[in-house]
Amino acid sequence: MTETMGILAYGAHVPYRRLDRAAISDVMGSGGGQGWRSVASFDQDTTTMGVEAARQALAATDLDPEALWFSTVAPAYLDKTNATTVHAALRLDAAASALDLGGAVRSSVGALRSALTGPGRTLVVSSDLRVGLPTSADESLGGDAAAAVLTGSAADGPLLAEYLGGASATAEFLDRWRTPGDVTSRTWEERFGEEAYRPLVEQAWAAALADVGLAADDIDTAIVTGLHGRAVKRLGGRLGVAVADDLIDTVGNSGAAHPALLLADALDTADAGRVVALVVLADGVEVLVFRSTDALAAGRPSRSVAAQVEDRADVAYPTYLAWRGLLEVQPPNRPAPNRISASASLRRSDWKHGFVGSKDATTGTTHLPPSRVGIGGGAVDDMEPAPMADTEGTIVTFTVDRLAYSPSPPIVFAVVDFDGGGRMPIELTDVDPAEVAVGGRVAMTFRRLHSADGIHNYFWKARPVRG
Amino acid sequence: MASHGIRDRVAIVGMGCTPFREHWDKSLDDLLIDAAGLAFDSAGVTKDDLDAYWFGTSQSAASGISLATPLRLSGKPVTRVENYCATGSEALRQACYAVASGAYDSAMAIGAEKVKDGGYQGLNAFPIPTDGTNRTLTAAAMYSLILPAYAERYGVDEDELRRVVARIAEKNHYNGARNPLAQFRRETSAEAICEMPAVAGRLSVFDCAGVADGAAAAIVVRAEEAHRYTDRPLYVKALSLVAGDSSGLIDPDYDFTTLPECAAAATDAYAQAGITDPRAELALAEVHDCFTPTELVLMEDLGFSEPGTAWRDVLDGTFDLDGDLPVNTDGGLKSFGHPVGASGLRMHYEAWIQLRDRAPEERRVDLRGRTKALIHNLGGYPGEMLSFVGIVGSELD
Repeated sequence: MTETMGILAYGAHVPYRRLDRAAISDVMGSGGGQGWRSVASFDQDTTTMGVEAARQALAATDLDPEALWFSTVAPAYLDKTNATTVHAALRLDAAASALDLGGAVRSSVGALRSALTGPGRTLVVSSDLRVGLPTSADESLGGDAAAAVLTGSAADGPLLAEYLGGASATAEFLDRWRTPGDVTSRTWEERFGEEAYRPLVEQAWAAALADVGLAADDIDTAIVTGLHGRAVKRLGGRLGVAVADDLIDTVGNSGAAHPALLLADALDTADAGRVVALVVLADGVEVLVFRSTDALAAGRPSRSVAAQVEDRADVAYPTYLAWRGLLEVQPPNRPAPNRISASASLRRSDWKHGFVGSKDATTGTTHLPPSRVGIGGGAVDDMEPAPMADTEGTIVTFTVDRLAYSPSPPIVFAVVDFDGGGRMPIELTDVDPAEVAVGGRVAMTFRRLHSADGIHNYFWKARPVRG
Repeated sequence: MASHGIRDRVAIVGMGCTPFREHWDKSLDDLLIDAAGLAFDSAGVTKDDLDAYWFGTSQSAASGISLATPLRLSGKPVTRVENYCATGSEALRQACYAVASGAYDSAMAIGAEKVKDGGYQGLNAFPIPTDGTNRTLTAAAMYSLILPAYAERYGVDEDELRRVVARIAEKNHYNGARNPLAQFRRETSAEAICEMPAVAGRLSVFDCAGVADGAAAAIVVRAEEAHRYTDRPLYVKALSLVAGDSSGLIDPDYDFTTLPECAAAATDAYAQAGITDPRAELALAEVHDCFTPTELVLMEDLGFSEPGTAWRDVLDGTFDLDGDLPVNTDGGLKSFGHPVGASGLRMHYEAWIQLRDRAPEERRVDLRGRTKALIHNLGGYPGEMLSFVGIVGSELD
């Protein structure tokens, strides 16, 4: 007997920063448009955004993933696995395998389908950072985001949404492509792609309905997405089903992350028993059909997609260009950081990636970073692990450093006292220096501090908790 | 814990100090040769007369060979020492202990730093391979944390406190303007400093020590031998060093209004020297004014002012050249800049000339019968610090 598979948990990450599309034409004289796109901060990449989405998902469940699949088309590393960084930040068991599934945008929905049809509990994390040349449609319509879905069977725990089935249609044609090493994509003329997708949508949609034994009328909502905006809009409108908001006006199209992001957004608001079809146009069409359950209401992540869309601040267009490396600005006249040590990083992986300090078993004092010998006396190696990544804190004092090296000066730095004990001076991010105040509340977030010699230095920063 | 000290067992009998400058035309070797030569001449000795050498440099060189080579010291024990920004004082401390122990009859402590060959403004720590989780804040930003904390704890208006620390810079530049060895010799008003843009917290560039190359050296001998070299030796009354355990960065009880390592080193040094009322007994103090808030809280940690009152004493002129207890009479780090390995010995050099009536007339301290000076030299940051406090005197007790 086959267990029903489905979604055990999910979460999303929309970065704090937005680019007002009107700002593009204000500077460049063309390009842009209306609405906003989300912008990964200078200290975020697809790996760190993936960590934030996965933390949202796992915080809502007691279940541990047996595997982690990380899918992006903007990987921080090649050759080296990026999923292992996510794995370390989530402090998953070494026995849980961590794999990258990349190369093409289609890989992310493929990972989701494979996880939903395979055995075991799999955390599927998709993340994307969309870059286009200044004034291009990709620049203004793209978005940066990540989403995570923990798949498994009803035997693992209550499913938030059951996977009913789906279908696939595949074809080889040139609509959008990027050669390795290029930062931006290129596309064929729009009309060709739309016509190429048309029969594939029809084929996959019909096959999916047949697979799940439902008629179009039985589908409550279709999520239709893909990087060919015109095909998505035109062909989605012909499915005969209500089509969900695609978040293009507020987030932009987050490419490989967008299918799971939209699915998360739909699950954030869906009542029990709703049938949702995910239709993804990417070198063919993938259709996945879900039905929400009674467990959904109690299993949602703490920060909905809508809440993250609301929690935002604009970034100036030139700053955005500098963050993406499209505009080179003068750095502070200080030496850039050296590359980190691989061996030192491995020895302290729990601290560096997991933000695990130590707690003196005798005095109860939390030490950040972990320490073998405690302050205020006590025995050597009398310490217990103190995981602090999910603990919020309060700003005791702070300063703004306009001299220190940073990829985006100035550095805002605060001494933070964590709830329940533990103090650390730590850099703040997603912050306007003018909004920082003693007594302000912060939460931890996984970031990329800098890169040197091709090595990315990942660690944690604190971000203000707003609202 | 015992800290017996070596009061009156060792004497400084010669010192030398180069001008602190952007010495584009001088190498580290040049600075070492110049400072050592001034000290040799001062004591009337040659390099071969001295038994041992301690060389303090933070980042400009490594090992005793880097002193033995430029001076061409032959067959001598030469040791390089490093202890952050207190490196110069640490070299002196080691030399004094070696002589006090009887192991050697005489020794030189020399400190030097060649900062300006790096190509960047400011001091830059050399890269030790790490896991990349270390704080990357500048020292200026770390010390800027003192001001809001002090204002909060003692109920001082933040704008008022900003003017207080600018007043400290004004005082030190006033003194430095009267010192030919200082790098910056122009007076600057507190009002002008307050109007400068902030670079870290509320601190402007003029709240920070400058950057300079320089070297300074001292020759020490057993106290009973001192008069063979000079009629006016300085006796070492106390040498204290406290390296903190960085608990201030972990301990929620630490509030950034005090530098406990400095207070502990001062307590130890006063006990060694038999000083009970430092404000009344000391003729002057040279303290580590790396940033203006540092000097403010040092006045309390060194026992010159009651906690929470130093800001008022600063405004009252207590620490001015003609004040009750002149502080940084040579202009301090503010006027000299901070060649890390040299600064501690440069501070001792000021005590060497002031207590022996050799300071230039325009900044000579009225000793009023006081015979002792305090030298305070620190390294690190609030919460994560080491501190040296030394006391020298022109009379045997």
